[in-house]
Amino acid sequence: MSKMIATRDAYKEALVTLGQENPNVVVLDADLAKSTMTIGFAQRFPERFFSIGIAEANMTGIAAGLAASGKIPFASTFAIFATGRAYEQIRNSIGYPHLNVKIAATHAGITVGEDGATHQSIEDMGLMRGIPGMTVICPADGVETAAAVRAIADYVGPVYLRMGRSAVPVIMPKDYEMSWGKAVYLREGRDVSLVATGMMSAVALEAAEVLAAEGIGAEVLHVPFIKPLDQEAVVATAKKTGAVVTAEEHSIINGLGSAVAECLSEQAPTPICRIGIQDTFGESGKPAQLLEKYSLTAKDIVAAAKQVMLQKRT
Amino acid sequence: MLNTNEAIAREIRREILKATAAAKSGHPGGSLSLAEIMTVLYFDEMKVDANDPQNPERDRFVMSKGHATPVLYATLALKGFFPVAELASFRQINSRLQGHPDMKHIPGVDFTTGSLGQGLSGALGMALAGKLDHSPRRVYTIIGDGECQEGQIWEAAMAASHYKLDNLVVILDYNNLQICGEICDVMNIEPIQDKWKAFGWHVIELDGHDFSQIRAALQGARATKGQPTLLLAHTVKGKGISFMENKAEWHGSAPNAEQLALALAELAEKEVVRHE
Repeated sequence: MSKMIATRDAYKEALVTLGQENPNVVVLDADLAKSTMTIGFAQRFPERFFSIGIAEANMTGIAAGLAASGKIPFASTFAIFATGRAYEQIRNSIGYPHLNVKIAATHAGITVGEDGATHQSIEDMGLMRGIPGMTVICPADGVETAAAVRAIADYVGPVYLRMGRSAVPVIMPKDYEMSWGKAVYLREGRDVSLVATGMMSAVALEAAEVLAAEGIGAEVLHVPFIKPLDQEAVVATAKKTGAVVTAEEHSIINGLGSAVAECLSEQAPTPICRIGIQDTFGESGKPAQLLEKYSLTAKDIVAAAKQVMLQKRT
Repeated sequence: MLNTNEAIAREIRREILKATAAAKSGHPGGSLSLAEIMTVLYFDEMKVDANDPQNPERDRFVMSKGHATPVLYATLALKGFFPVAELASFRQINSRLQGHPDMKHIPGVDFTTGSLGQGLSGALGMALAGKLDHSPRRVYTIIGDGECQEGQIWEAAMAASHYKLDNLVVILDYNNLQICGEICDVMNIEPIQDKWKAFGWHVIELDGHDFSQIRAALQGARATKGQPTLLLAHTVKGKGISFMENKAEWHGSAPNAEQLALALAELAEKEVVRHE
């Protein structure tokens, strides 16, 4: 069993480290600092931390103004509010002028758990992906989250960083560095491609083990960048195996599955099966129960892999 | 000669009319109401240099009511940020003078606006940055009266006073009209002065067409410490053109050729009368 850590906990530490290195980094939060874990930065650098209260639209605009004045703002709250409540503020005040704001949201997806559907953001990547010039990153684990925080601080432009609430397995090596816009091969295989993002990449690895035991070679491609999508890697693995399963803790509409389908249908038409939230709202429950009920387990990926392999063109 | 504020404001009005007429679209009414205020801001008050528009120590301006591009562009052009002749390309294809202000492409535009209610938050971020940098630079923003119906304005109003942003000045262009009619009929914002005061702001009421009152109010804002200042500027929509004054229909429609000629003639006539 690998080590478990929530991406938001990794965010906490990475942000403090970044704050030490870069005096231009400022952090904003909308009364959720103890949950998004920006509390670490707030305690360490109180003069560079701005509590905005429960006012996400305002927080987004303030972040834009700080960026327009040369600061590097990280604006944090839950994914549902960050991208949903303040969507048009992000679009017009940050996206259109391409300002250097990092929207670093936590509590994305259904593993928010007990809070239920109102707090389970399953459309956020789609909302952000549609904004011209926006970068969308969904790290697999705590190690990649820390690497992403470093990378996005160096990059000049708007970024949406998607993190979760619950602890997830660490699958990246300690010395992992993010390659901008690149997908990461986690496992080689020739029979089927499992293209996953966020916490579902660990689940895809688990599925690949099960498939291997049955004699099926699954290639696992982790996609931290929903946008810009590493089209080259996606096309390469699809051409190699001829069958693709996508897996994400997000709606199958407008997220990774859509991005991969768009890419492949134009460049290398390939049978695809999308694992994700099937155009429905979530509900209260424990994260593991929700993943089970909404078909986001290794078992579901295995079944999808076998199904999509039947559609291969020979 | 643009040697008096009056002459500048008149020239701004001419350019507002010409640009919207050439574009056959745009917002002359809520631009004409701001000619005096923009004149004082750019020619008396703000530390800005048209030859160095990105100087980090410049004062900042945010046109939160972003549809007032005619007055913003006319002022910036007359100040020298770009050629006055370029105003003829306003709102037209391949022009950088977009319908609403675009900070990426237009020299002198400090913040992208257009969607009402958002500019004040951006100005607030700039004011916070100024405080962080221990800089004397100031931030000015103009909001509309109808814009006060947006909830985000009040989120920002609360936050600016929470952070004691005395380097932030908001000018409320109270011309009492919005697209669908009078403010009080569409959605009453009164008692507006009490609202801003209750949110912790220093409020100064003034005639937004009186140069000395505008200058005095900005001076009053400078003298105010520990809280942001709101200038409640009573103005006339369509100010200066008799057939446009106090008419909601001039919010978002441009004069045709005949109306333009009439309007320019009115401005010329006033100029002659003043000089006699």
